[in-house]
Amino acid sequence: MNAALVVIGLATLAALALGLAAHRGLRMTLEQWTVAGRGFGGLLVFLLTAGEIYTTFTFLGGSGWAYGRGAPTFYILAYGSLAYFMSYWLLPPIWRYAKRERLLSQPHFFARKYDSQWLGVLVAAVGVVALVPYLVLQFQGLGIIVSIASYGSISPTVAIWIGAATVTIYVMISGMHGVAWNAAVKDALILVVVVFLGIYLPLHYYGGFGEMFRAIDAAKPGFLAFKPTGQSVLWFQSTVILTALGFFMWPQMFSAVLTSKHEQTFRRNAALLPLYQLILLFAFFSGFAAILQVPGLTGAQADQALLRLSVQTFDPWFVGVIGAAGVLTALVPGSIILVSAATLLANDVLRPLRPDLPDSTVGLTARIFVPLIALLAVYFTLNNPPTLVALLLMGYAFVTQLFPALLCGLLPRNPMTKYGAAAGIVVGVVGVAFVTETKVGFADMLPFLPARVGDVNVGFAALILNVVAAMLVSWATRPAPVAAASSST
Amino acid sequence: MALARWLVALPFLGILVGVAFVNRVEPLVLGMPFVLAWIVGWVVVGAAAMTLVYFVDPANSAPESEDGGERS
Repeated sequence: MNAALVVIGLATLAALALGLAAHRGLRMTLEQWTVAGRGFGGLLVFLLTAGEIYTTFTFLGGSGWAYGRGAPTFYILAYGSLAYFMSYWLLPPIWRYAKRERLLSQPHFFARKYDSQWLGVLVAAVGVVALVPYLVLQFQGLGIIVSIASYGSISPTVAIWIGAATVTIYVMISGMHGVAWNAAVKDALILVVVVFLGIYLPLHYYGGFGEMFRAIDAAKPGFLAFKPTGQSVLWFQSTVILTALGFFMWPQMFSAVLTSKHEQTFRRNAALLPLYQLILLFAFFSGFAAILQVPGLTGAQADQALLRLSVQTFDPWFVGVIGAAGVLTALVPGSIILVSAATLLANDVLRPLRPDLPDSTVGLTARIFVPLIALLAVYFTLNNPPTLVALLLMGYAFVTQLFPALLCGLLPRNPMTKYGAAAGIVVGVVGVAFVTETKVGFADMLPFLPARVGDVNVGFAALILNVVAAMLVSWATRPAPVAAASSST
Repeated sequence: MALARWLVALPFLGILVGVAFVNRVEPLVLGMPFVLAWIVGWVVVGAAAMTLVYFVDPANSAPESEDGGERS
């Protein structure tokens, strides 16, 4: 037992206590459990939506990709900002419609817009499928943090089990109430830690940012710009478009939008949140600083770069503080994801299939789903997952397939029918799953296209197939215009 | 309003199209590789454009009422 582990252990216990204390004196109905009874004020909503981007993904994944890939990590800074710019026009109409129709979730939105309960079930299923890699990401991050901060005395496997158990207990007992206050603590802690590391490490090891980047450029020419092939500029462009469009398609993000009291909030945040994104730069700087100081981490090990460098640089107690910040960045989003996935399964898949079930049974079912989903994620985590960024990109590839149907649903005259929407989503999701599973690139399937097309992000290519399928099926299933039908008889 | 709205197209063009033309390391800007500084620059310009849009958009001058200042 070292100082680092003591600090991390205390932080985890404190988070658990805060979560458990939050639910005292409340009757935990499903609504309380999933959306905290819609009782959150503006600041908490801001923290839940803005803080969403500060997960293990940014902390370890962003720095890990800076370490392992170099320039491609810059996409993380670009997509969030562009998504927030778009949110100025995208979110207010969604919010207005949801408020008027008293909608509770993303599947409700699709089900009502397209007047099809089955489309809602499909959307819920896509949400759950996309959330699983996101949850795996958080567990994997927990494993890395605890095993490195324990200086190897706890194995990653044991660390993943401890982390998964903590998240599960915490979520089953207090739901969203437990998450909110921990989200505030997490954001404050992670901001301080990331900014400190991002400034201190380059100055300490290289004497400045410019000196650091020059040293990296000399040691690894071409590392700090996009490559001619592979993760090229074309990859950057397609990935940024895919992830920017998918940003608000996550079920938990959609729910966070619905909790807002005013639509002005979104328009104000559209200017503020892109600047908040710039904090990511400091995570990149920490990863870049590690390149020449802790060389030799390959593949998924790159995600350990920030922590390995911290262990080499700081006393154990401070490694503990960094590790505690890291544990919170996995615990809080992990809990939100678990609540979202369990609620989707119980409320948006099970309830439409069995409408006669009482509320209490649906609420109980949601809680029973929590450990099952956690176990599934632990299984994937222990079976050689890819890097943290690759996991998030997989989730995005799935969830962005909902975007075309959502956008068309907001148009005054929706060009898409419910069959078209469903066909597009299915084609997109199956396309992503097929390519991920078989590793067959789109360039292999379409050999007549120039080789550079192979650089295009898989999810983006699937999105194009999605739109084509949706248009064709919508055209085929378009109901005959009423006026034309009556005049022809 | 229309003019301000077109300003917001700039960061999209700058980031999605512009990066193809500035994909290099030197000269460093504020110590950062040029392509990274380019992206950061457009994020800042975009935030400024959004602030302008926010203040000239009549939808935001309505008081924050329960129905959210709905536009007709």
